[in-house]
Amino acid sequence: MDILIQVVITGLATGGLYGLIALGFVLIYKATSVLNLAMGEFMTLGAFVCFTILTQIKAPFYLALLLTLAAAILLGIVVERLVLRPLIGEPIISVIMVTIGLGVILKGLIYMIWTPTFRNFPEIFPPEPLDLSFAVVPSGLWWGFVFAIIGTTAFLLIFKFSRTGVAMRAVASDQQAALSMGISVRWVFAIAWCFGAMAAVIGGIVIGNISGISVYMGDIGLKVLAVIILGGLDSIGGAILAGFIIGILENLTGLYIDPLVGGGAKDVAPFFILVFILMIRPYGLFGKQLIERV
Amino acid sequence: MRCGDFKETYIQDEEIFQSLFVKFWLCLLFLFLLAFPFMANAYLLYMANMIGFAIIGAVGLNLLTGFTGQISLGHAAFLGVGAYTSAILVTRLGFSFWLSIPCAGLVAALAGLIIGIPSLRVKGLYLCIATLAAQFIFEFIFTRWESMTKGITGIHIPPPTIFGFAFKTEKDFYWITLFFVVLAVGYARNLIRSRTGRAFIAIRDRDLSAEIIGINLFRYKLSAFAISSFYAGVAGALWMTFLKVVTPDHFPFILSIQYLAMIIVGGLGSVLGSIFGAIFITMTPELLNYLSEIVKAIAPGHEEIFVPMKEVIFGVLIVFFLIFEPRGLAEIWNRIKVFFRLWPFSY
Repeated sequence: MDILIQVVITGLATGGLYGLIALGFVLIYKATSVLNLAMGEFMTLGAFVCFTILTQIKAPFYLALLLTLAAAILLGIVVERLVLRPLIGEPIISVIMVTIGLGVILKGLIYMIWTPTFRNFPEIFPPEPLDLSFAVVPSGLWWGFVFAIIGTTAFLLIFKFSRTGVAMRAVASDQQAALSMGISVRWVFAIAWCFGAMAAVIGGIVIGNISGISVYMGDIGLKVLAVIILGGLDSIGGAILAGFIIGILENLTGLYIDPLVGGGAKDVAPFFILVFILMIRPYGLFGKQLIERV
Repeated sequence: MRCGDFKETYIQDEEIFQSLFVKFWLCLLFLFLLAFPFMANAYLLYMANMIGFAIIGAVGLNLLTGFTGQISLGHAAFLGVGAYTSAILVTRLGFSFWLSIPCAGLVAALAGLIIGIPSLRVKGLYLCIATLAAQFIFEFIFTRWESMTKGITGIHIPPPTIFGFAFKTEKDFYWITLFFVVLAVGYARNLIRSRTGRAFIAIRDRDLSAEIIGINLFRYKLSAFAISSFYAGVAGALWMTFLKVVTPDHFPFILSIQYLAMIIVGGLGSVLGSIFGAIFITMTPELLNYLSEIVKAIAPGHEEIFVPMKEVIFGVLIVFFLIFEPRGLAEIWNRIKVFFRLWPFSY
């Protein structure tokens, strides 16, 4: 029983992170209708940039975090302007493929700059684990969870109350109407990409802190696809809730199924869940039920 | 003098070999392909084989993605299914290589049918994610179903034989590859001018209109998946028989992306384009290897940069072609042809 509670708690903490990265996907998808499959590489890049600032300049963590977020904004703007904008109005396969191509480029560049060696992140959080009396949460996960919650709340508040957020929601619901109300759709697209990149970068730093950083950590970005499909592609709340669900299910699979098949089931579990959701409820828990049936 | 290419009947328009000119050059190409193994060294023949497998796979993917408009991020998985089927049939059940190839295609087609089922309910983005999930699930199965696939140690495959003659070298295998490539390309070229092919194109252009003019979406979408996976299965089986060992590492996600890169760079919705793309994408890493040798000679220690360079170049090619030349090399080829058709009096 103890181990079950422990696994569920771990799952919850991982789920918070999934929720944060999923939020990055959803923010971009909602505003621009682009599914950014390069999200995992955005994460990796953020983790490596933060790592470099921490180890080379020896900057304190909050400064490194701010600089990394600035880098994320730059990345978002550059990607949106150079890669996505020429493809507005093109068929969906082009848009999907261009983000995949982007991911491949980023991965290769990261490999070139930082070499594929696996690295441990410098300690940025206090190392004491959180003792909940019935379960113990390792420090990385616990602080990661805190970060994920702060990040998610911040994005939610911006989205709900700020002028930018309202503009983003307007563009998401009707681009023509938003344009005629004087909202710059281009600007909103750029902002959406910046927010997406920022969410990814925070996720990358936290995950790097938990399990070390390497070129291949971006594969988590693909697992998060299960989260956004379960939550509904355009639902922010759904992304967060689904993050927890997938996090817990994944860790339970690790506990109960892995011994049966000799390991590896934990990493593939989200994809099984993904196929299952697509079969029975493709628009997810809270997504708009506007899928064009064929 | 007759200038340009005029077609007066539909039958003319539908012909595969449209003019004497085309027939002449195709004959010449075929003669060259027949003479090639006698002129080339082992390395060139190795590359020719690899290009051949890539052509079969890319033509298959183009039938699905380029002609029917169903994006698939799991093509590598079907190559894997075909390869493992062939390997298991040959080593466990003593099938001959020749029988195992169509079986590999059929099993891969069955896998394709299963993966294609979501395409009936979801499309575009969702289908793309479903095929992506299939890719990872199959990779997992290849690695973990050890009683069948022998996991990461892989299965060793004996060389194919016919009447006691074993196809051991690159040169011998070239004939097998050439045979299957000609068959695959010829079938695809025929298919797209048949009822089925036209139905595929109608579904790509607008599925609702296609359904209204009487195309059974259920049947044609699934058959596109099945045919595409059949091609992939055959390509995978040939490829792994050529390499003599099959392991799960041969079918990573990046291979699926490479196949998509082939058809995007070559040209979506063009059989010729798939061939161009397959040649182009297969040759690029070799060119980089060659460059890295040069760099090694001039500035030793800097050649490692070419390892990730391969991926960067794939990515750049995909992005570049999508933005600047969405119809790919086939379109560039067409432009060159059109330029010379009326040259030097193009106005």
